[in-house]
Amino acid sequence: MDTMRERFTAVASRLLDEDPRLAVVLAEISLDGFAQARARHPDRVVNVGIREQLLVGVGGGLALTGLRPIMHTFASFLVERPFEQVKLDLGHQGVGGVLVSAAGSYDWPAGGFTHMSPGDVALLDSLDGWTVHVPGHPDEAETLLRHAVAAGDDKVYLRLSEQTNQEPRTVDGARFLTLRQGRGGVVVAVGPMLENVLDAVSGLDVTVLYATTVRPFDTAALRTAVGAADAADVVVVEPYHEGTSTRQVNDALTDVPHRVLGLGVGRRELRRYGQLHEHLAGHGLDPRSLRRRITGFLGR
Amino acid sequence: MTNAIRTQTENGAAGSGEPASLMGLMTGAEKHGPAATSTLDALWVLYDRVLRVSPGTVDDPGRDRFLLSKGHGPMAYYAVLAAKGFFPSTWLPDFGTYDSPLGHHPDRTLVPGAEIGSGSLGHGLPLAVGTALGLRAQGLDDPAVWVLVGDAELDEGSNHEAIAYAGATGLSRLHTLVIDNSSATHGWHGGIAAQFEAAGWSAVTVNGRDHQALYEAFTAPHPGRPHAVVAQVEPKGTAVPKVS
Repeated sequence: MDTMRERFTAVASRLLDEDPRLAVVLAEISLDGFAQARARHPDRVVNVGIREQLLVGVGGGLALTGLRPIMHTFASFLVERPFEQVKLDLGHQGVGGVLVSAAGSYDWPAGGFTHMSPGDVALLDSLDGWTVHVPGHPDEAETLLRHAVAAGDDKVYLRLSEQTNQEPRTVDGARFLTLRQGRGGVVVAVGPMLENVLDAVSGLDVTVLYATTVRPFDTAALRTAVGAADAADVVVVEPYHEGTSTRQVNDALTDVPHRVLGLGVGRRELRRYGQLHEHLAGHGLDPRSLRRRITGFLGR
Repeated sequence: MTNAIRTQTENGAAGSGEPASLMGLMTGAEKHGPAATSTLDALWVLYDRVLRVSPGTVDDPGRDRFLLSKGHGPMAYYAVLAAKGFFPSTWLPDFGTYDSPLGHHPDRTLVPGAEIGSGSLGHGLPLAVGTALGLRAQGLDDPAVWVLVGDAELDEGSNHEAIAYAGATGLSRLHTLVIDNSSATHGWHGGIAAQFEAAGWSAVTVNGRDHQALYEAFTAPHPGRPHAVVAQVEPKGTAVPKVS
């Protein structure tokens, strides 16, 4: 299976052939993947060098001329380092674009904390009007990339990961999927967390919602699932800072007495290298830890 | 700064009489007065003699772009836009009030003719690079892209990402106007123009109150290279021209 990032470079390269409004801005990362597209479209595949403020500023400038920019690098250098550019050069200018990140929260554990961005979605939550896609499979990444590019002048964040589910689901760029129904509570699994969540809740009488578009948050799907359960108990399992979507759950259930448990990446640095699965365990996101935390919260 | 420039300053905005008087409509509410007047002559020469943009072409893809990056002290900018008819001069007295589209930093979504919203320093040059690239990608090789920055604004590292990239790639439709009122605390060893030249730009330094010198600097050929004009004016806080 290809990686989400390989799928992104292949599909974006094809979209450049089809859509004269599309442009890709790079800061050295993934340059090889765009080599052929860059040869075909030298004016619409721009590599600014290791200059991430310029990466986003150039994207804003391209959008001001009417193009649809994709800006791409590791999440830590796309959202965190040039955050004011994301805020001002896109949002405040009233223009849009597509931010496509790689490496996420823990995808290169041996690279250490400098290359981890567990706070990216929370940062974007401080801004207005961002759509956030978190695919769990390369096929889903392709679908969501196509949605993002086609979304007019919207501001869209597509968060790619090395962590991948074995099977793709049919995602639509907006709604949560109901994968299991039960009466004992609702578990929302975001993108790459799905398989660990399904393992964790095996045999439990709970509903599992699969979320690959987390902003806007599918309030209707959550309310429907909660309404069908015996108790309004909600667990969200996210591959970025724990609790990032807790506010969205609360906002969806303002008229319903409810409980919510937010699971995800802790803020404390592990200061460990090693492998991805070791980091998942370090954050309590392996199936065994998830089952213990979910059953403890649900009281069964 | 020489006495010659000071002398010209006192007569300074003579050729910009209309915008100078329009600025007076805003002075009551303005907190960045000295910085604002530093840009007046250069802005007037650009809009009066160089830029191919008018109220009728603000949405024309082929228009020249002017990006005010140094959003502090936008009075001169608003006065020039009003003098050129981009919006009514009756907007000016309400400058900075809740219902006014004219803030102490400009917002492009509120001000007709403003290409960017600015205020936080160091955003205009990268946006201008992207604008120049976007025009080129659409086959619009004719429009010029201008961005105005302040000498102290060059402290911001984002400018240097843009300057180095634009110079290395020969982005020849890009123009930077640096208003140098000696407001940077540490400045640049070797001078501002030398920094641009070292990065591969064409660069010229002129008296920022001399309209003919500004015009010649703005229109100097610079084949294959982006162009920087460093317009020197009186140091910040001294010899502010009267805004009669």
